[in-house]
Amino acid sequence: MRVYLDNSATTRLDNDALEAMLPYFTEKYGNPSSLHSFGREALKAVDEARAEIASLIGAKTNEIYFTSGGSESDNWALKGAIYQSKAKVKHIVTTAIEHPAIIETCEYLEKKDGVKVSYVPVGKDGRVDVESIKNAVTDDTVIVSVMFANNEMGAIQPIKEIGAFCREEGILFHTDAVQAMDSQAIDVNDLNIDMLSMSAHKFHGPKGIGALYIRSGVRIERLIAGGHQERRGRAGTTDTPLIVGMAAALKKAVAMRDEVNARVQKLRDDFIDRVLKEIPYTYLNGGREHRLPNNINFSFGYIEGESILINLDLNGIAVSSGSACSSGSLEPSHVILALGVPEELAHSSIRFSLGRDTTEEEMEYTFNVLKETVEKLRSISPLFNMEKGTGSYV
Amino acid sequence: MYNEKVLKVFQNPSNAGELQDANGVGTIGNASCGDIMKIYLKIVDDVIVDAKFKTFGCAAAIATASVATDMVIGKTVDEALKIKNADVVDFLGGLPPQKIHCSVLAEEAIHAAVEDYRNRQQAK
Ligand SMILES: Cc1ncc(COP(=O)(O)O)c(C=O)c1O
Ligand SMILES: [Zn+2]
Repeated sequence: MRVYLDNSATTRLDNDALEAMLPYFTEKYGNPSSLHSFGREALKAVDEARAEIASLIGAKTNEIYFTSGGSESDNWALKGAIYQSKAKVKHIVTTAIEHPAIIETCEYLEKKDGVKVSYVPVGKDGRVDVESIKNAVTDDTVIVSVMFANNEMGAIQPIKEIGAFCREEGILFHTDAVQAMDSQAIDVNDLNIDMLSMSAHKFHGPKGIGALYIRSGVRIERLIAGGHQERRGRAGTTDTPLIVGMAAALKKAVAMRDEVNARVQKLRDDFIDRVLKEIPYTYLNGGREHRLPNNINFSFGYIEGESILINLDLNGIAVSSGSACSSGSLEPSHVILALGVPEELAHSSIRFSLGRDTTEEEMEYTFNVLKETVEKLRSISPLFNMEKGTGSYV
Repeated sequence: MYNEKVLKVFQNPSNAGELQDANGVGTIGNASCGDIMKIYLKIVDDVIVDAKFKTFGCAAAIATASVATDMVIGKTVDEALKIKNADVVDFLGGLPPQKIHCSVLAEEAIHAAVEDYRNRQQAK
């Protein structure tokens, strides 16, 4: 049996999205910037896609700027806002659990441009406290960037409250909504979001395409210089098929949202309950409330995450891990550490990210293989005593 | 990322477990770094007659422990000390470059186990 439980890494391309894309590779291949009929038919498709995506988040059509994905949108939002600002001292408020596309952009701006950055910590449940955001903001704060929902442990952040505060203070508010687009209802006006990053491949769209929503009136410097595409915001020949696929995928994901959320959340909750009950020394990372319906993240005491991942993979099950060894770095996941999880347990973390195709049979199979895997690895762990059924880190 | 051979050894390692009558035991690493390697040796007349391992670590660490313990069984202590990490990695048909760091643990733990054995001998 092959079971794909890595939907936070990427998703299967939706069939309808693929169908919608195909003519734009081979028949309607014109450059949307061209004036002739070939260009016009491509432009029409891009315009419609832009309008569709805008309407799904309560934005205006001309507030959607296509990019190559979530990473570019995140880079652009932060660098664009900082480079646009003429202030002498510039400050960013963000969180300790952002995606590397945000964290490393902040670190770059710190190093290169002397920008000050506050990385606001989160609680055990993986959420930032709105008060800590408020306290971190100074007179020099140019932008607040807080992810909508976390990609590793699924914590959904208090975006509405942060948005309201930033609006009141007149500070730009960006959110990386890459993990939230399919399952969360998002209205940029209701939430007072000024900029929002999205990426198609996380909601059954194609890879290599995303968008940055930029509220009209907000000006940021452009990152990619060149042609006049995207209202001079982002140069590069417009990728019609990917854009068409992205819009089709988002439309479908939003239409299916309630049904999928309910079904997937039930699978998630049943799995969490069962693992906590039947596999000892297992810890859920992040809280159960305000959690993405498809996210499960456990640490399995006394065994290392990458070896769990590989053993599941050898049985056809695809997951991801926050251990250092799985990332090729020396440090375990900064997100799991930010929850206050001790390092040794951070090395033992495994993310199961469900999707709309996930079935009960798959979760049943996964549970059985997982239980065997944990027992097998504990039997060869120097930290675990199989006879007594207990472990110790010292 | 891992080749078939590494995966095969990882899935079915030899010498996994504890060795009750070991007279040399070495442990390297700690859980907060993400890797612990513990090697048990039973040495009779300077020959390693049995070896076992326990590992908290990735597939590379487990696979190298399996191969390294296989290699030292039947060897004299001095011969065993000459086995290099590169020999183990070669036997496995290579490891991804970022995994070399994890694969040296077996060699280091064998050295630590021999040292423990020699200390015990001296103490007698
Ligand atoms: C929260 C978050 N932001 C940004 C990204 C990057 O998106 P992309 O792969 O489209 O560059 C990801 C994808 O892993 C993500 O999960
Ligand atoms: Zn390792």
